[in-house]
Amino acid sequence: MSSSNWTAELLNQLDSAAITVEQISLPSTTLWQIESNHWKRYAELAIQQNVRWVAGWAEQADHRFFINACFEKQGIYILLRTIVNVVKPELPSQAPVYPAANRSERHTQDMFGINFLEHPDNRRWTRHKAWDKHHYPLRKDFPVQGEPEDITPPDMDYPFVKAYGAGVYEIPVGPVHAGIIEPGHFRFQAVGELILNLEERLGYVHKGIEKIAEGRTPASLARLAGRISGDTTVGHCWAACKAMEQAAGIEVPRRAALIRGILAERERVANHLGDMGAICNDVAFVFAQMQFTRLRELWLRTNEKVFGHRLLMDRIVPGGVVCEVSEASCTLIKQDIIHLRKEMSEIMPAIDLNTSLEDRLYRAGYLSPEIAAAFGTLGYVGRASGQNQDVRRDAPYAPYDQVNFKVALEDQGDIASRFWVRYKEINAALKLIEQFIEQLAATGNLTEKQMLQAEWRTPPAGSESLGIVEGWRGEITAYIRFDADNKIARFYPRDPSIVNWPVLEKLTLNNIVPDFPVCNKSLNGSYSGNDL
Amino acid sequence: MLRLFKKIIKTGIVTEKCKVPKDDELEELGIQIKNHIDKRFSGSIAIRQVDAGSCNGCELEIQALNNPYYDIERFGIHFVASPRHADVLLVTGPVSRHMQAALLRTYEATPNPKWVVAAGDCAACGGEFGVSYASCGAVSNVIPVDMVIAGCPPTPLALMKGLLGLINP
Repeated sequence: MSSSNWTAELLNQLDSAAITVEQISLPSTTLWQIESNHWKRYAELAIQQNVRWVAGWAEQADHRFFINACFEKQGIYILLRTIVNVVKPELPSQAPVYPAANRSERHTQDMFGINFLEHPDNRRWTRHKAWDKHHYPLRKDFPVQGEPEDITPPDMDYPFVKAYGAGVYEIPVGPVHAGIIEPGHFRFQAVGELILNLEERLGYVHKGIEKIAEGRTPASLARLAGRISGDTTVGHCWAACKAMEQAAGIEVPRRAALIRGILAERERVANHLGDMGAICNDVAFVFAQMQFTRLRELWLRTNEKVFGHRLLMDRIVPGGVVCEVSEASCTLIKQDIIHLRKEMSEIMPAIDLNTSLEDRLYRAGYLSPEIAAAFGTLGYVGRASGQNQDVRRDAPYAPYDQVNFKVALEDQGDIASRFWVRYKEINAALKLIEQFIEQLAATGNLTEKQMLQAEWRTPPAGSESLGIVEGWRGEITAYIRFDADNKIARFYPRDPSIVNWPVLEKLTLNNIVPDFPVCNKSLNGSYSGNDL
Repeated sequence: MLRLFKKIIKTGIVTEKCKVPKDDELEELGIQIKNHIDKRFSGSIAIRQVDAGSCNGCELEIQALNNPYYDIERFGIHFVASPRHADVLLVTGPVSRHMQAALLRTYEATPNPKWVVAAGDCAACGGEFGVSYASCGAVSNVIPVDMVIAGCPPTPLALMKGLLGLINP
């Protein structure tokens, strides 16, 4: 089946099922609008075609709610929409078909008060105690300040899954964890050292990002997007800017796109170096932690020197980038790459042949390709379990449309696979940066401002777009709708962690409790990116 | 195993000598911190880091304090796992309302005398997130703050300078 055929096939099937699809063309995406009572039926037909569930979100327009879900196969993205009335907002849930839609629908339920019928688990998710059960923060009549109490009480009565039986005990962990990491709660049921069940309870760092995005200017939204998840500041900022630029019909200058590519790949390398060290550290192999944190520090110092920020925040702006990469900087970046390759060539053999690491990382935290596919698992977690998916290759965008690269893939699905897939991705990223730098030399003859930033045009009120990029954790999607006067009406960023967190509950099963930290690190979901 | 030892020996001690001119500054700063900690805290100060709603950017830079270049522990500053072992709470992020109770409890669990450092622009003033239905804004809106370290996120060097400011007011 050719790549363009699955949409035609699905449309045929929808037609046979008497589901009317109104097709609307958006910049870069196709929008299919259906009746709300067919919402679940659509999912049933889509999954038969192995179409992946990507993201779900809602939006209020006067007395109606738009409910959106995004689907992908072979690099083609379809935005599905239905409209329900604000008086009795309900529609059939897609979660029984697509487990990935589960928490997303619960989030929409908490934030909009939209009822997903026959949802397999309709407990609250994002809501703790900061607002009342019958208030919905993303509705237009909910003021951004809300009506919070002086001290928001802790969420003590969340109905966790219980386990009973001789020798079964429960371990509550968090929200404040023992390390220098983000907050979240994990509830284990265990027998002896064996994990019988793990339940995640997130939402602790919910900062109301979707709400405070409303009414911002494009520049201000880009700043906010850069702080959705501090380790993915380039990825989120790029996705949001891409969506805004598509909505406004702006093309980013080639030079700016190349610099964005360099920034994104540098972010990927920095995070993978940190993670590889941290995975080893969680099994008490401190040698690797020291080596990788050392390499990461050197990498960040070059970021500071060349781009002016160690984590690369606010380098991407609507229309382009703010930082020029001079020839001297290109030389420095290239030297850095040579140095990193040499270091890695010494460190990796020492790690590869280490039996104590093998003992802890191989076969631990196993995620089967079937579960990974069922949950639409993204990025290095998916790719370590055979999910051959990468936006840079499948739906290429500038500057990835003019380079050669190989998507790293492993199929063992264990922690070692997730470690090695990161190593392969570092190598691929270094090659990409080299290609981008080569191409930088070919752009020029314009003034610096023209090369780095396209002039902004105010998009018409109501224009909308979906920005999709491959962040270091995997596919990031950002939905934007503009209001009048260049203001943002709706922003929904979907961090890959939102899709990946649920598989942590699966891959820790039958592991021992002391291996949980390394299982968690091998996935390394963002709490802030999930909670929004 | 031999490869491992070879790499260790070859890497040597990278800890802030004079690889970068800036490192003198760090060394000097570290010695000052160490002198004060020796005098006022009997040689060691224990920090419990609390993410009260941060985007994780500040955590990355605080973690960097433990890398071999900064190796902050050699100056007598170490990070502990429990607030009950801590002298200082190093708090990041705007305080999300969902973390407010947890932060208060962490504060109460820390024995007196104790200090609170708000690290990063969000912790200092609410930053990009401010005060809303979901965010209490600055850390000082929730618990008393003794010291603020600005930056988005503050660099490891800025964090060290800030900590020096705390123990040498």
